[in-house]
Amino acid sequence: MRDMRKYKYMVLRRSSQVSLLFLFIAGNILGWNALRGNLSASIILGKIPLTDPFALLQIFATGNMISAEALEGALIVTVLFGLVCGRAFCSWVCPLNMVTDLANRLREKMKLDAENRNPFLSRKARYWVIGISLVLSFATGVAAFEWISPISMFHRGVIFGMGVGWTAVLAIFLFDLLIARNGFCGHLCPLGGFYSLITRFSLVRVRHYKEKCTQCMKCTDICPERQALPMVGKTSSMVVSGECTNCARCIEVCDDDAMRFGIRYVS
Amino acid sequence: MSRDERAEKMPERRRFLIGVVKGIGAAAVGGLVWNGFLDGKKAYPFVLRPPGAVTEEKFLAKCTKCGICVEACPYKALILARPGDERPVGTPYFAMRENPCRMCKDIPCAAACPTGALDLSLVSGKDEQGRTKPDINLARIGLAVIDRETCVAYWGIQCDACYRSCPVMDKAIKVEYLRNERTGKHALLAPIVHSEHCTGCGMCERACVTEKASIFVLPRHIAMGESSARYIKGWDSSDEQRMGELPEETKTITPRSQKNPLDYLNQGGF
Repeated sequence: MRDMRKYKYMVLRRSSQVSLLFLFIAGNILGWNALRGNLSASIILGKIPLTDPFALLQIFATGNMISAEALEGALIVTVLFGLVCGRAFCSWVCPLNMVTDLANRLREKMKLDAENRNPFLSRKARYWVIGISLVLSFATGVAAFEWISPISMFHRGVIFGMGVGWTAVLAIFLFDLLIARNGFCGHLCPLGGFYSLITRFSLVRVRHYKEKCTQCMKCTDICPERQALPMVGKTSSMVVSGECTNCARCIEVCDDDAMRFGIRYVS
Repeated sequence: MSRDERAEKMPERRRFLIGVVKGIGAAAVGGLVWNGFLDGKKAYPFVLRPPGAVTEEKFLAKCTKCGICVEACPYKALILARPGDERPVGTPYFAMRENPCRMCKDIPCAAACPTGALDLSLVSGKDEQGRTKPDINLARIGLAVIDRETCVAYWGIQCDACYRSCPVMDKAIKVEYLRNERTGKHALLAPIVHSEHCTGCGMCERACVTEKASIFVLPRHIAMGESSARYIKGWDSSDEQRMGELPEETKTITPRSQKNPLDYLNQGGF
């Protein structure tokens, strides 16, 4: 049983990612009404709109106004992640997460991280990419990141037909496998960066209990955003960084029960 | 002093500044490459958009590539451009020869668009009671164009496949009887497209019997010219209002026009 619990959140996350993907595919191929569209914009049960708030921001940067329905959708997503779930989009929804997780798993197996983990990329690069996305959207008149986003390309491809879009996915896979650990999701992806920025004050958080911690540091080893765990073994506190994706790998890996989900401002 | 030692002795501020400069450099290089890529991807003018699409420039900005219009199409006629399709990736388009627009009365694709890239009001008119309702005949997806050299009807062989398939029948495509000069005693039943009625639905392109369609839909901005206000149909009184579009200052300055016309005549210039 103990072993099962080690994978509880992994199973939940994969179920979440796969079932969302399945509902989107069923929306297109079987005509189901549960989820229509894709991660850029979608409609739940033909009623509730959802819009990617970062895509919307880029459209604003092009100087175009957009319908009230799309605004409403972006507001719902912003409130859901920004105030409640944190950056859970990245580890519970985004389909590319499965690809980069696989790359990182292989990277570990092949012991490619023996020495220098992140030799050249800064964790802050993603915020620069956000800036460039907005500047380019303004300059070119099209939503710049949406036009190259491997996330959209992968997700759209699975639902509507991939074309040669798989090359973009392969590129991300190889980048994460051979060039930089968590290279895309943890350093470059502006969508992840955007969610980091808007989820600073979200409620659902991982909490660290110092008194139980034996300082084995397995949690910081496995964490894809390890800069978010500076308190381990030092103070009992919440993970406050918006860069934490609530993937719960630290909770699973901890043998001492020193990591748990909690609600900020409450527990 | 070795290189590493020197680096270690570098003041904090200097190290910070170098970091910033490196960041800006990387951002500039990345941004320029990215910009070039976007410019290339935007340059596909031969795209047939769903009914109700705003102008192509605005469409490219507003479309979030969500595919809800594609799912809304009951005939699965719309395609969401895949990488490699030579269309702006992720945006919806028609391939008329394979699967044309069936001109649904309620225009579900335009009605479904969440962002306003497809605007139902652009394809809506008033009914008898004055209520606004969708009118697919207002759609301007493109314009059917005929290649008279390969169209067998223009050869004198009887074919009216495009005429029969047209949903705006006998308005968007009319058949005109022309004299067959080759035989001197037969008629040509020549199909002719009328742009004021053609919605660009593409049914004719699919119906065409030639190997590669001899009637095909092109985006309107490519298929059509634009008349100048300097040329007015004098025999059509409604056309005269276009004269108002003439700019006040219409004089074109050339070396010759700067002189007085009389001087030009007196100098024996012609």
